[in-house]
Amino acid sequence: MTATAPALADEKRPTPDKPRGRLRRTYDRSWFAWAMVIPTVVVLGVLVLFPLVQGVYQSFTNLNEANQSSEICTKTLGGGEECRPNPKQQKFVGLENYKRILTGETGKFWLQFTNTIVWTVSCVFFHYTIGLGLAVMLNRKFKGRGLYRVLLIVPWAVPAFVSAFAWRFLFNQNFGLINAVIRSVGLDPVEWFAHRWTALFTAIVTNIWLGVPFMMVAILGGLQSIDGDVYEAAEMDGASAWQRFRHITMPGLRPVSATVILLGTIWTFNMFPIIFFVTGGEPAGKSEILVTGAFRAAFEGLRNYSLAASYGVIILSLLIVFASVYRRVMKTQGEVF
Amino acid sequence: MGEILPVAAIDAAHVEGALPRDERRGPVTRRRERSILASVALHGTLIVAVFIALFPVIWVLLSSLKPRTEIVRSNIELFNSPTLDNYRAVLTETNFPTWFLNSVIVAGFTMVIGITMSASAGYALARFNFAGKRGLMWVFLITQMFPVAILIVPIYTIMANLGLIDTKLSLIIAYCSTAVPFCAWMMKGYFETIPKELDEAAALDGLGPFATFYRVILPLAKPGIAVTAFYTFLTAWGEVAYAIAFIQTDNKLTLGAGLQQFVPQFNQRWELLTPAAILILIPAALVFFFAQRHLVAGLTAGGTKG
Repeated sequence: MTATAPALADEKRPTPDKPRGRLRRTYDRSWFAWAMVIPTVVVLGVLVLFPLVQGVYQSFTNLNEANQSSEICTKTLGGGEECRPNPKQQKFVGLENYKRILTGETGKFWLQFTNTIVWTVSCVFFHYTIGLGLAVMLNRKFKGRGLYRVLLIVPWAVPAFVSAFAWRFLFNQNFGLINAVIRSVGLDPVEWFAHRWTALFTAIVTNIWLGVPFMMVAILGGLQSIDGDVYEAAEMDGASAWQRFRHITMPGLRPVSATVILLGTIWTFNMFPIIFFVTGGEPAGKSEILVTGAFRAAFEGLRNYSLAASYGVIILSLLIVFASVYRRVMKTQGEVF
Repeated sequence: MGEILPVAAIDAAHVEGALPRDERRGPVTRRRERSILASVALHGTLIVAVFIALFPVIWVLLSSLKPRTEIVRSNIELFNSPTLDNYRAVLTETNFPTWFLNSVIVAGFTMVIGITMSASAGYALARFNFAGKRGLMWVFLITQMFPVAILIVPIYTIMANLGLIDTKLSLIIAYCSTAVPFCAWMMKGYFETIPKELDEAAALDGLGPFATFYRVILPLAKPGIAVTAFYTFLTAWGEVAYAIAFIQTDNKLTLGAGLQQFVPQFNQRWELLTPAAILILIPAALVFFFAQRHLVAGLTAGGTKG
């Protein structure tokens, strides 16, 4: 990616002796490349960019289930249909939706916002640290590491909603295994889904369980790309295990870490099924994060599409701000992507 | 994102605490003595981790073999009058087999289409410089940020206009749009690890770009394709939000959307949910089994380069 810009500039500059041939070749290669990229571009354009633009527009209207059609058609006695313009058609309301969300007039934005931050930070932190620890262990040579690796990746292969149900089952107040263990040590069983933070805790535990394998595999790949000779040299010079980890492993992992932490944050921030199924927002919507809150606004009760779209725009803006700050921080530390 | 930098090599020179020559022997032998203890600790930690990784699945499996009254009892035993009745019930008395079939179709098509699209896009991004390439890479990253919440309503409208609501096709298209950007990115990284000389040799032998891609490069990219297959299949197999929103008829539901009917607010039927969960795991486990040996190699290339 870094080397492409100058090469591209070179191709485009027509050389005096053979300008046409040069241009022609660039054109040919572009043509093949675009032919291969076009299906993806079309799908993304139609299903991501266009909906995005439309969603941003919708967030400034008051579109909901009741006013989405521009005409109201009623069956007449003769069997025909009579249509007239919908008097309550959706209209442009400017920043009204955003005002209602941010002031807490509808929904519980700030509660969900706090939940989302707690949720994302703790999930990504534990994903990364546990994943790193396991990867470092699996990167040593010992008997049976292939088996350990396969077994440790298993949670990744479990569909998110299945693990959500499994953990909800484990955390069940009356017949869940976790409360049974708590009871057997002589403590009172915990009503996991009756308090905001315990409910959120169950969801976070589930998501950590689910997300560690991806981090572990990605970091393991990164570790394997570090030259083993460097470790040997360091060991010869008497560097301790911690020094080797601190000064060889961590810098060597930087490119991988930068990518997976960014992707992990984005994915966790938008993680829908875990919260939706594990806590279901219990108690009374207090463990909802922004994404599930938006989904409920859009598809439960009176479907309020514009409100959901405004939620979406807010989520997207938060992530874009995060990604650019993150990128800038990485840049100051010498990593450009 | 940024090639792997030779950072490690630079930093090794700065490692502090280098010991003088004659002291070297000490630490080395001490390491060997420690290594029995260290390997006990290593295996111990890994066994605990494996236990945590497998436990929820095993617990659901054990529960699925218990009769209903035993599942919801507060005295918990590992085994209790094991029976396959729950499996029979979920397979014959519910819509589960239909949902299962629907999910297989949706996930299968998503996988095939997803691999085709991301492999060709990834190859183009890895091999050619073309106008708009950099922009496209950014678009791929940014699409990862779009929350379902913002897209779901406009996509719903588009699907409704195309008459696709309540069809499997709507789900396949939607899942491809979620999975392809990441996969194309990953495939690009993988293709970059395959020497360019191969393409040039193929071109000299008279193969066109498409034939080169299809007959020379693609067979070499198996690890990358395995990861893409795994990822696209799981995306479609485990997705819930689109499935709930787009599908309205009960016998067209996929697993993610259908299964929640077993655990409503009241009267939760865990004796149906647990066997269903185990059955759902089987196809995912099969795909995983074929893909797992390639996961590290396939994902590394994609994760470290951009």
